[in-house]
Amino acid sequence: MAKKLVTLRIDEHTLQVPEGMLVVDAARKVNVDIPVFCYHPKMDPVGMCRMCLVDVGRPVIDRATGEVVKEADGSPKIAFGPKLDTACTTPVSEGMVVITNSDKVRAARKEVVEFILTSHPLDCPVCDKGGECPLQNLTMAYGPGTSRFIFDEKMHLAKHVPLGELVWLDRERCIQCGRCVRFQHEVVDDPVIDFFHRGRSLEIITDSEPGFDSVFSGNTTDICPVGALTTADFRFGARPWEMVSAASLCSHCPVGCNITYNVRREAKTGGNMVIKRAMPRQNEGVNEIWMCDKGRLGYHFTESKQRLSEPLVRKGGELVPAGWDEALDLVAQKLREAGSSLTVLAGGRLSNEDLFNLRRLADAAGGQAVLDTHMGGGDLAALAVERGAALIVVNPNETRLDKFATHTLRYNPGELLLTFGGFLESAAGKVFAEAENALVFYGSNGLGLQQSTYLAYAAAELLVKTGHYGKANNGLIPVWPKANSQGAWDMGFRPASNLGDQLRQSKAVYIAASDPAGDDPALAAALDEAKFVIVQDLFLSETAKHADVVLPAAAYTEREGSFTSGDRRVQRYYPAATPRGLARPDFIITAQLAGRLGVELPAAAALVLDQIAAQVPAYAGLSYQKLAEVHEQWPIIGRSDVYYGGTGYENKHGLGVQLPCAAERGEKIDLPAAANPVLPSVPAGSLLVIPVARLYDQGATLRPTALLDGRIARAELALNPETAEKFGLQAGGEALIAAGGWRVQVAVRVDSHLPVGLGLVPRSTGVPVFGPTAVTIEPVQVEIKA
Amino acid sequence: MSTYRILRHRDIPNIASLDVYRAEGGFEAFHKAVAGMQPSDVLNEVKASGLRGRGGAGFPAGLKWSFIPNNLWPHYVVANADESEPGTFKDREIMESNPFQFLEGLMLASYAVQAHDAYIYLRGEFWQIAKSLDGKIAELEAAGLLGDKIYGTEYSLRLHTHLGAGAYICGEETALLESIEGNRGQPRLRPPFPAVYGLFGKPTVINNVETLANVPGIIANGTAWFREQGTEKSPGVKVFSLSGCVNKPGNYELPLGTTFRELIFNYGGGLPEGRSIKAIMPAGASSSLITADDRALDTPMDYESVAALGSALGSASVIVLDDSVNVAWMVSKTVEFFKHESCGKCTPCREGTYWMSHIADRIVKGDSRKEDIDLLNYVARQMQGKCLCALGEFSTMAVVTGIEQFREDFEKLQRS
Repeated sequence: MAKKLVTLRIDEHTLQVPEGMLVVDAARKVNVDIPVFCYHPKMDPVGMCRMCLVDVGRPVIDRATGEVVKEADGSPKIAFGPKLDTACTTPVSEGMVVITNSDKVRAARKEVVEFILTSHPLDCPVCDKGGECPLQNLTMAYGPGTSRFIFDEKMHLAKHVPLGELVWLDRERCIQCGRCVRFQHEVVDDPVIDFFHRGRSLEIITDSEPGFDSVFSGNTTDICPVGALTTADFRFGARPWEMVSAASLCSHCPVGCNITYNVRREAKTGGNMVIKRAMPRQNEGVNEIWMCDKGRLGYHFTESKQRLSEPLVRKGGELVPAGWDEALDLVAQKLREAGSSLTVLAGGRLSNEDLFNLRRLADAAGGQAVLDTHMGGGDLAALAVERGAALIVVNPNETRLDKFATHTLRYNPGELLLTFGGFLESAAGKVFAEAENALVFYGSNGLGLQQSTYLAYAAAELLVKTGHYGKANNGLIPVWPKANSQGAWDMGFRPASNLGDQLRQSKAVYIAASDPAGDDPALAAALDEAKFVIVQDLFLSETAKHADVVLPAAAYTEREGSFTSGDRRVQRYYPAATPRGLARPDFIITAQLAGRLGVELPAAAALVLDQIAAQVPAYAGLSYQKLAEVHEQWPIIGRSDVYYGGTGYENKHGLGVQLPCAAERGEKIDLPAAANPVLPSVPAGSLLVIPVARLYDQGATLRPTALLDGRIARAELALNPETAEKFGLQAGGEALIAAGGWRVQVAVRVDSHLPVGLGLVPRSTGVPVFGPTAVTIEPVQVEIKA
Repeated sequence: MSTYRILRHRDIPNIASLDVYRAEGGFEAFHKAVAGMQPSDVLNEVKASGLRGRGGAGFPAGLKWSFIPNNLWPHYVVANADESEPGTFKDREIMESNPFQFLEGLMLASYAVQAHDAYIYLRGEFWQIAKSLDGKIAELEAAGLLGDKIYGTEYSLRLHTHLGAGAYICGEETALLESIEGNRGQPRLRPPFPAVYGLFGKPTVINNVETLANVPGIIANGTAWFREQGTEKSPGVKVFSLSGCVNKPGNYELPLGTTFRELIFNYGGGLPEGRSIKAIMPAGASSSLITADDRALDTPMDYESVAALGSALGSASVIVLDDSVNVAWMVSKTVEFFKHESCGKCTPCREGTYWMSHIADRIVKGDSRKEDIDLLNYVARQMQGKCLCALGEFSTMAVVTGIEQFREDFEKLQRS
């Protein structure tokens, strides 16, 4: 329901804003900046720093008549309070008069800044925040030029306090605004940092192990209005004014967080542009102004020394450097020979442009475009997203989402669809059926390709049955393992029902951004049987080691492209760093190969997207210009004034375009019949294990971020104490787990929250478990040396 | 019959025992209210009595109760037994020696606003009192005066004690609520006020111990009886905590409107031989100083008259300073106190008290610069009107009035 509008005056501006808006926000609407330190538009106001003091007057109401008392000239009589009020805690009201530019207000600002500066160090010349620091800027704007506080009485405090290994605290610089603490409590619900002591001894501490144990910790360094909190990554790394911004997207998951890469040219890399940090870029429809630490820190693969920098061709059994022409000529010849016996295998971290060109190449040769994925259902995805809903969580094990759920349903792995069978009769099901809008987010936690495909079908059926389909804010949203898995489905890539057989039988296999041999020893063996293997990647992966030709791809950070997020928003990213060596963007490599085969494919990203728009119905009407469109976002953050944060926030390069769902385009989707997936039989003495996702996994693009070493998921088997005992396993010990042709040593973690008779293995940690799998287990005996 | 209204233990031995308290008419008021009066009747009676809050602000108690909305439930009543103002020690005596009168008052307040749970928030150092009160509460429960269906009515009430952890700020009512909830003792933003958004976000009445101890008498004996003592606008008696440079420091229960001179010289036994009175701090460390001239000494101690002197009656913790006391030294002590107790939430208080304590310390040590007296005054004024709660404002009172009235004491300590 639209809120009532109230009319008020702020200095010389008369404006109308919704009832309840805070004065500080109302002022921004008319470009009046009321300075703040503790206030942040994404959090509840606290009125602590007192920087936003303004003079607030309200019309005098005659108690007897209820009428506004008039001055002699007929204007309403305004009564101002005896003291100034904090604009960040005062809601607007009808007829209010706010004065922000009087001598009284100016004096108050100067005095508050003077108070804040009494014990603040004068180390701006070496401070990471210098140049984009609200305190620096507001001191220049309002503060006193000199200090009356004696230096000898200044508090000298610890300047290098690690809150954890990711975020450092400089206690001298902290102005106790509490933004970081409030962020962790209110926004993230990871209350792992807090205030300690009181008065001038107030300090920020962490009470978690490991320190500052929150995957969103880096955001506190963005919203810190001084240089008190810095990431270990960017600390003393560069000055804000030395860097330029490149608009980008995070490539680590399908949320599609908008980010800014700050880059500078560095002598030590031979004058190349180098990424110095990643910051969130405002997109209120996606990540607002936040990002997780994986995205913030996970860009170091770009600069990794292990990157491929030139094409390699196998000669005499060895991969040796070759020129592009030699490599491409050879590949083209092999593709021509393979004809329809070509398999193009691609991973979901490629851009839409890369995938489209690859698909076209596969089509031209009559080969098959296969997606490397262990999750299905991408052909059913629809549209999202709105807030403030009933949340129904269906999971085999406890997750953090349970805390926010209105209904929580548990199932035994494999019996998920049975759960769905009775779902509509349950209390949660009734809520779902009666909801005005309903969304199903589905993933592959604990599931394999086959099970997750069935899950998608079942969920789609549920949506259709309850009428939550074919309209905006309703439908199915896959939670993909990769940033652009959705784009890969949209570009026509599909998972293979039996990838091993397919690889074995192919005359040529062209693999881009995918590492089947590294993931699964069985696929490594299959690759060895393939006639000719071409690998296009960032690194010399396990798969690349099996290749006949290796083509160095430019990282997404070194070129432009677009990703389609899990909720089907197509967004652009721009080049940030200088490409490594001779590496080329994937879509260009593919275009150059296609040219050799007599097929003309565009070798410019914008032109590829034009073709996508022409040939993929869901993408009709898209263009790079359209993806670059921006409209004004609220709250206003990160412009030239940086009261609300750093220089990376402003989004000048595009908010992206949300794709319509199939039904909105008038298409019909045939629903395959859902069936309960088949579970592997679990012989006596074996255990059913399922794969689960971990944020910090050992993926190829995350491993080069050394800073996360201490938090990266290890190969482990997690089980209930009862189950552990049954297999003779001890917490903290090791075990060998094995199934069809592989055996891996893993750490043992015992967790009483897990169901009995089930093991959990993190994905992407070197254990080839991609769906429910029966494994044999033997404890590893640790020899204790005398 | 006692000549006292609040400190009745002083002439009724063992009134801290339930039997004696009941024999002296104890809990008749509560019985009368619960068994025979509407909650609104109790509220109106207290409103009509003109009882004003004894914790410091002097806000009319009945009016405060009437702010509790009847469309938001549950309601809570909290007794503020933090008694943290330096120089105040009256609530301690009441709770130690006449505890049932206080508890009965708390129970009446709870009935008036239909609270079924009431909390007594005590400073951490009062742990022995808390233990004793827990015993008294258990006795009341055993006697059927607390618990479910009291006197066979539908009214139920439980009392809970809660100990603080040693913070002056937790005497501030919203910081007190935060502390009960298990949060850091820091004041909340107001509005919303506790009457609407109080303990656990519910409508809450917060009254001082002494305020509550006045309520049984009002219900038992009526408004006219209550108003027999005190002044028209400040009716009733007050327990004055007298300390400092006097011969007989202690608590004195006297009608509001008694003059400073009577308290200090008639009851407090005057000053030690050879000393003369210099200044009065009527409300503990938070006070504006009053120069103890004849006009001041003859001022009646009621809320309006003391305010007219440019100070405040507050909780009536009267600290007397004689001519042996250097006001600059005294100011340095109050400022040091407030620096130690500032919660650190708002900038002016956190930084201002720290800064003032350094300047005052320099002055007292004889290390000050010529401009430091003016700077101290300036910093104090710079804090005024900007702080989140009253603590910051209070910390400036002695500074500003001290420099204004006794500047020569500061100058004396400066090197020439």
